[in-house]
Amino acid sequence: MTVSIVRFGGSNCDRDAERALAHLGIDAEIVWHEDGLPADVTGVVLPGGFSYGDYLRAGAMAARSPIMTEVREAAADGVPVLGVCNGAQVGCESGLTEGAFTTNESARFQCEHVSLRVERADTPWTAAYEEGEIIEIPIAHGEGRYEITDDRLAELEDEGRILFRYCDENGDPTPKANPNGSKHAVAGILGDRDSVAVLMPHPERATLPDVGPTDGQGILRGLER
Amino acid sequence: MTAYTATVTVRLKQGVLDPEAETTKQALERLGFELEALRSADRFEVDLEADGVAAARERADEMAERLLANPTIHDYDVEVAER
Repeated sequence: MTVSIVRFGGSNCDRDAERALAHLGIDAEIVWHEDGLPADVTGVVLPGGFSYGDYLRAGAMAARSPIMTEVREAAADGVPVLGVCNGAQVGCESGLTEGAFTTNESARFQCEHVSLRVERADTPWTAAYEEGEIIEIPIAHGEGRYEITDDRLAELEDEGRILFRYCDENGDPTPKANPNGSKHAVAGILGDRDSVAVLMPHPERATLPDVGPTDGQGILRGLER
Repeated sequence: MTAYTATVTVRLKQGVLDPEAETTKQALERLGFELEALRSADRFEVDLEADGVAAARERADEMAERLLANPTIHDYDVEVAER
């Protein structure tokens, strides 16, 4: 009865995720993608990193590896799935979530702390927060600009599938507070079910008190059983 | 079976921002070139054997649909030539 953290060649936040979850008392283990998910998996983390060296597009190769068929099946059965950074790119490339995370508006890799506004507090990932609460979590990506057609984005917004937006200190999603040019400042979204979420910021890097803010803990608690 | 090369060109849909192309354009301007716009695209040359042009094209189309392009942000086209 453990959470599986799926390691691809080039994943590099898998151990951070494992340590952060251990700190929260959530049993988790790293699973090599070729070994598949264990039968009793209680949650899945698609961790950050540079799976397959970002060849073709970030997340494109990992999204088409056989374990992702198992992840999609688990997600359809209600198993919570969290994609972080490269895991978010994998999530969108695999169809777990809609849209795409592509080249930052700056065309640069960006590593900084950002403010996020919690758009919904009634999901497993955000139950620890209030709607509209501002949390601080780091980003570290070159391809995090959320892209999708305007029509489809409007539908996702109507359906309440936007989970986090980049915002300023007042909670306003201003262009200046948007680090990568994401459409409508989208930082994280939900899949078909609320139990599937992806986000570019790194909650596992904002969980251990030794390394700074701990606002990411609540997101990881979505994997608690 | 005939040997073909299918050339798949993948480009960003109109209206999708291309920051790398914009940066490249600025670099060209710094070098003194005059230009109005610059677009980038990925080109894949796939050597394959098929029963005919239509079959080769169909296979290359499916490659683009399933991996080479991301339909959210990309358009693509396929050209097939005997090799």
